[in-house]
Amino acid sequence: MQNNQDKIAISIRNVTQRFGDASQPDSVLALDNVSLDIKKGEFVCLLGPSGCGKSTLLNVVGGLFKPTSGTATVEGRLVDGKPHPDKIAFVFQESTLFPWYTVIENFHIALKFQGIPKAEWDDRAMAALRAVGMASFARHYPDQLSVGMRQRVNMARGICVKTDILLMDEPFAALDEQTRMVLGEDLSQLLAETGKTIVFVTHSLAEAVFLSDRIAVFTARPGKIKTIIDVDTPHPRSPDFMLEPKFSELRNECYALLRDEIRATMALQRDPQAV
Amino acid sequence: MDRSSLSSRSVQWAFLALAAGAWYLATATGSVSRLFLPPPREVFTALVALVQTNAFWSAVLVTASTVAKAYVLALIIGILAGYLVSRSKLAVATIEPVISGLFTIPITLFFPMFILFFGVGTGSKVAYGATYAFFPIALNTIAAFANMEQRYLLAAQSMGGNRWQIFRYVLMPGALPVLFTGLRIGFFICLASVLGGETISSVAGVGRNIALTAELMEPGRMFAWISFVVCMSVVLNLLAFSFENRIRAR
Repeated sequence: MQNNQDKIAISIRNVTQRFGDASQPDSVLALDNVSLDIKKGEFVCLLGPSGCGKSTLLNVVGGLFKPTSGTATVEGRLVDGKPHPDKIAFVFQESTLFPWYTVIENFHIALKFQGIPKAEWDDRAMAALRAVGMASFARHYPDQLSVGMRQRVNMARGICVKTDILLMDEPFAALDEQTRMVLGEDLSQLLAETGKTIVFVTHSLAEAVFLSDRIAVFTARPGKIKTIIDVDTPHPRSPDFMLEPKFSELRNECYALLRDEIRATMALQRDPQAV
Repeated sequence: MDRSSLSSRSVQWAFLALAAGAWYLATATGSVSRLFLPPPREVFTALVALVQTNAFWSAVLVTASTVAKAYVLALIIGILAGYLVSRSKLAVATIEPVISGLFTIPITLFFPMFILFFGVGTGSKVAYGATYAFFPIALNTIAAFANMEQRYLLAAQSMGGNRWQIFRYVLMPGALPVLFTGLRIGFFICLASVLGGETISSVAGVGRNIALTAELMEPGRMFAWISFVVCMSVVLNLLAFSFENRIRAR
């Protein structure tokens, strides 16, 4: 047990998030008493219907906002509504490459903000760009890249800062399915190499099964963790994994768990008061 | 320069040549009285004579310093006010429509008030030019900072940028193109207001001299003054555009 305690990277305890004043009818309970432990080097997907609060939980862990109650602890340190850029890096859904900088300058800015010595900037940036096969585009502006390439670079920027934890908020959502699959493979490869702890928000079943060590399936709003599913297959995973019976079994299991929640979400969208 | 901008550039030059040709023909055939429009040659001679006088340069100096003072005032107040307003969604929603509403009022109508308050000297022209230029500068500053995409700020925050770093490396470069458009428009409105103000009521400056030569029925000299202003505007506009393009290319 002692040993296990050391290996916890992220500890989420009773996190509740309410937007707006609880006394007001239009206030929204996004997360309801969520607890989850994530081990070092683990890849955990937060899977759920849209609006279930999974991105909210990610933002709480990343310190982008403070939960209404409950705590998130990262490597033993309380997050408390402040970003911890030395420990945590973010990759967002849409590319957040600054359009007024070139690819390499975007990396420099991230490294500068993290307080990393200037002498290391170029080496780190180029290593991360090589890892995603984008080294020859270092001097391009983001506008000159395709959406897929941009997200590749965006992912590399999250990796180059060398934090132990990477939080990814639907990073592939804006991509077509083929690009998404290739990037998923790359990510599985990178994960095996770097040993980072990754929390990944998605609403794609296949993506969740393909990438995760564990999948936390969320209920409809207010978001709670319904079940946690183990995917017991080592990284890096090849596309062949998707052809195994185990893959479709797990995918179907996730779908069965989500079906009711998706229906509940749709009912909620038709009539927001029907909770 | 690619082909399409090359062809549009040649159309622009052709238009200029056409206008000059029409001017020459209209005066050479005598179909327009030379009291209204003197021939190009006469204007050119008048301009050459004019630039050799001290009176010319002192008038230019008066106008230039008036424009500079008015513009610097508008720049400081406009950017400061615009930035402060942009910091709050509520302020943008309340104050921005008021500023853009006021901008639609022809401020020229209040010019006599400026004369009453600040006198017939350069003070009234500084105030008038600054007031007019304030609006486009403030409005573009608000647009530039308030429309910054939230995700860039969130990303910068998550990378650990402090407030100053985020302002310097994210907010500022992101806002600069729109901000600079406001500065350029503001400058030319400022220039036009000061010259217009001088023409209506003043004791010195380029505008004053244009009004004076018109009253004295000296079309040659009047057009010499006007062509000087036109040339200066064209040069300044080209400078502003090339500077703006440099910023955008960054």
